[in-house]
Amino acid sequence: MIDVCDPCLRRSFLIAHLAPRIAGLLTRRRGRRVAGLLALPEDELLAAAAGRRIGEALAFLDSFDADSERERLDTSDAVVVCSHASLYPAPLRELDDPPAVLFGAGRVEALDLLGEEPAVAVVGTRRASPYGAEVAYSLGRGLGASGVPVVSGLALGIDATAHRGCLDGRGVPLAVLACGPDVAYPRRHRSLHERVRAAGIVLSELPPGTAPFLWAFPARNRIMAGLARMTVVVEAAQPSGSLITSDFARDLGRSVAAVPGRVTSRYAHGTNALLRDGAVPITGTEDVLDELFGVDLRRPPDEALRGPLPEDPVLREVLDAAEQSDSIDGIAERTGRGAGEIRAALGRLEVDGHLVRRALGGWERRA
Amino acid sequence: MLAAVSTFALEGIRSHEVTVEVDVRRGLPTFTLVGLPDRAVRESRERVRAALLNSELGFPQQRITVNLAPAHVRKAGPSFDLAIAVALLVATERVPAEALAGCALAGELSLSGEIRPIRGALAAALGARAAGYARLLVPAPNAPEAALVDGVAVSGVPSLARLADLLHGRWEPEPVEPALPAPVRDENVVDLADVRGQADAKRALEIAAAGGHNLLMVGPPGAGKTMLARRLPGILPPPTFEEALEITQLHSVAGIGSGRLASERPFRAPHHTISPQGLVGGGARPMPGEITLAHRGVLFLDELPEFSRMAVDALRQPLEEGRVEVMRGQRTLEFPANAIVVAACNRCPCARPADRCDCDPGQLSRYRRRLSGPLVDRIDLVCQVERVPAVELVGAARENPVSSAEVLARVVAARERQRERLRGTYALCNGDMDGRLTRRQVPLDGELAARLLAVRSRIDLSGRGHDRVLRVARTIADLDRRDSVAVRDLDEALAYRVDSWEALAA
Repeated sequence: MIDVCDPCLRRSFLIAHLAPRIAGLLTRRRGRRVAGLLALPEDELLAAAAGRRIGEALAFLDSFDADSERERLDTSDAVVVCSHASLYPAPLRELDDPPAVLFGAGRVEALDLLGEEPAVAVVGTRRASPYGAEVAYSLGRGLGASGVPVVSGLALGIDATAHRGCLDGRGVPLAVLACGPDVAYPRRHRSLHERVRAAGIVLSELPPGTAPFLWAFPARNRIMAGLARMTVVVEAAQPSGSLITSDFARDLGRSVAAVPGRVTSRYAHGTNALLRDGAVPITGTEDVLDELFGVDLRRPPDEALRGPLPEDPVLREVLDAAEQSDSIDGIAERTGRGAGEIRAALGRLEVDGHLVRRALGGWERRA
Repeated sequence: MLAAVSTFALEGIRSHEVTVEVDVRRGLPTFTLVGLPDRAVRESRERVRAALLNSELGFPQQRITVNLAPAHVRKAGPSFDLAIAVALLVATERVPAEALAGCALAGELSLSGEIRPIRGALAAALGARAAGYARLLVPAPNAPEAALVDGVAVSGVPSLARLADLLHGRWEPEPVEPALPAPVRDENVVDLADVRGQADAKRALEIAAAGGHNLLMVGPPGAGKTMLARRLPGILPPPTFEEALEITQLHSVAGIGSGRLASERPFRAPHHTISPQGLVGGGARPMPGEITLAHRGVLFLDELPEFSRMAVDALRQPLEEGRVEVMRGQRTLEFPANAIVVAACNRCPCARPADRCDCDPGQLSRYRRRLSGPLVDRIDLVCQVERVPAVELVGAARENPVSSAEVLARVVAARERQRERLRGTYALCNGDMDGRLTRRQVPLDGELAARLLAVRSRIDLSGRGHDRVLRVARTIADLDRRDSVAVRDLDEALAYRVDSWEALAA
């Protein structure tokens, strides 16, 4: 699906061409300044970023052939829409510097859905704690099952976990990358990248094949904030990229939410600071839905939060106890059953998909 | 005059026969020792000379040549003293040569002529029996240990003078009582009943004991992992006489034996700073390592991630083959090394419960990467050890704690079933079975096969992991006195499974 006008395409390829120059320009300046730069008209952008390589950049623009590029872009699941196209997500236009073109890989229907349902960005640290990962997963899964598209950055930690949850809840994930949409970055997430393409869409303002640049991450964050009606920060240190996203969201007048964390954890400083400043506290999928649609207007389907309960009363009993206690002895005390019997029940519950086992022992309810 | 006397010297854990040949003839008085002696052996000239003179047996002022045959094997240690002295006595016709027919001897001499105890007397007796000697003379303190071996008449001799009397038929040593195990004193016995709570770990220990499975205990420091592991030998079937002899021999060689027949299976808990050599054996004079000292018993590795990578990786061969090969020069020595390994570690570096854990994924994977792959892949069970709340420790025991004796009875019954079933195979217990034998021993009928299929769709099991789960399921069924493995056994075994090292370190 290609719907893009020549000037927009030209501008995107110019930015990709200048990407290494922009990187040099911004090495010492962090955060949002890049946004202002990307908003400049073409000639000022050239003046600001091309520097001594201006000749090269002009030659690039002279030789740029929109039609042949369009042809090259047209692969099976490629989606290319410019800001003048009808499919271009409307919420993104509210940005000061909306990306001229969105390059996508995946299902074009995911962009359609953005017109009907408000999306939620779930973002956070790359170094997620088990707690953060659990919350991100369950939010992703709950929102996905409730039909709310989940926007995230496919980064390690919270981002990827939220998307995994969304996929498990059969929702529509929208990933925004700081490189070409076809580039699986980080490489470890190649298979997740595949799954997101199959169920939703991977987006970027950079053309396919562009490598990731440091400056492109805050730039990508503005797109995430722009796409989402609401941004939920699950765990974030201070300062952090996730807080850049929430700043953009606040500037756009979108709602900003945060998951409370332990005050002693580094990765709760950012989120707790957001809460202090008036962000919406999130304790579960319900809180997000209440904020989006109004109190109790939409509920996540029960199935999404809880798989169907096991039939066997013993299994049910052990499942309940396992939720309250991490240890076999704790479960034994609550149920009055023997250790071997409990292990057998836990093994059964895991095979049937009610529990997941942590490495080296300990169980978690499949959220 | 020429004389030859037989003695036995340790090499590794076995003894081999050494013939001490002495030639005494006229010439300048010299005392030459040949046949690859090491320093301690060469010094025996001084001890022999002084001991003979102080025992008033005389020392010939002649040209003396001593050869230790076979001459190509390196000789070490002071245990040749006695044989050299006696050979000299024979060569100078101070004692009759016939008195030594069919007789071997070993011992270290003091300058006064007393005979000092040696290492590995049991190995010497086993060697003497194998070589067909009817009589073995050893230092008096070693006699009860050596007398454990049937088929060799063992006598303990206190001094060189007494020995000369004995060979002249002027003195008879007292008959030797074999050093059967000392009666066990009650207060020294560790019992499972002493441990409060820890139901999960106790169950896992019982399965490990019943099937000879290696076990990983996960829990915070101070929760009682060592205490639990220490109770594993007590729920293993007591060693048979042959096994006890084997254990005693190994410990006697290493110089850590009590001088009596071992009545219990060994429990070895080396510190994590141990070297690879210390763990599996070796050295210039090859000594058995901890895994060999734990042979037929339990090797406990507390704080597994703290052990050096090389040390733990060296355990690969013993865990797979039940023996260690130590290279020494051109020779290869073999030590037996068939022990149940119990390892312990924390769940994560901060060692707090999962809901209060502060570790980030990087720290976590670094910590788990330190669990050695080869070892983790040979552990069949993982269990939890939790800190027992203080209230429970001081309060009266609510449950009626299960004693080691009760568990032992179940374990013995389960082992009996395994021996019956595994008759004709190389394996003695389920833990010995390799993948092929496991699949033959656990037929996958309809229900079991269907459940396994469901497992594979939900849980990422490697081929090795699959075999381990079946092995443990087999043992659980044996404990429950059932001939076929039920779906329930599979469920339980699955809950004890150890993730592959790759999955842990990811």
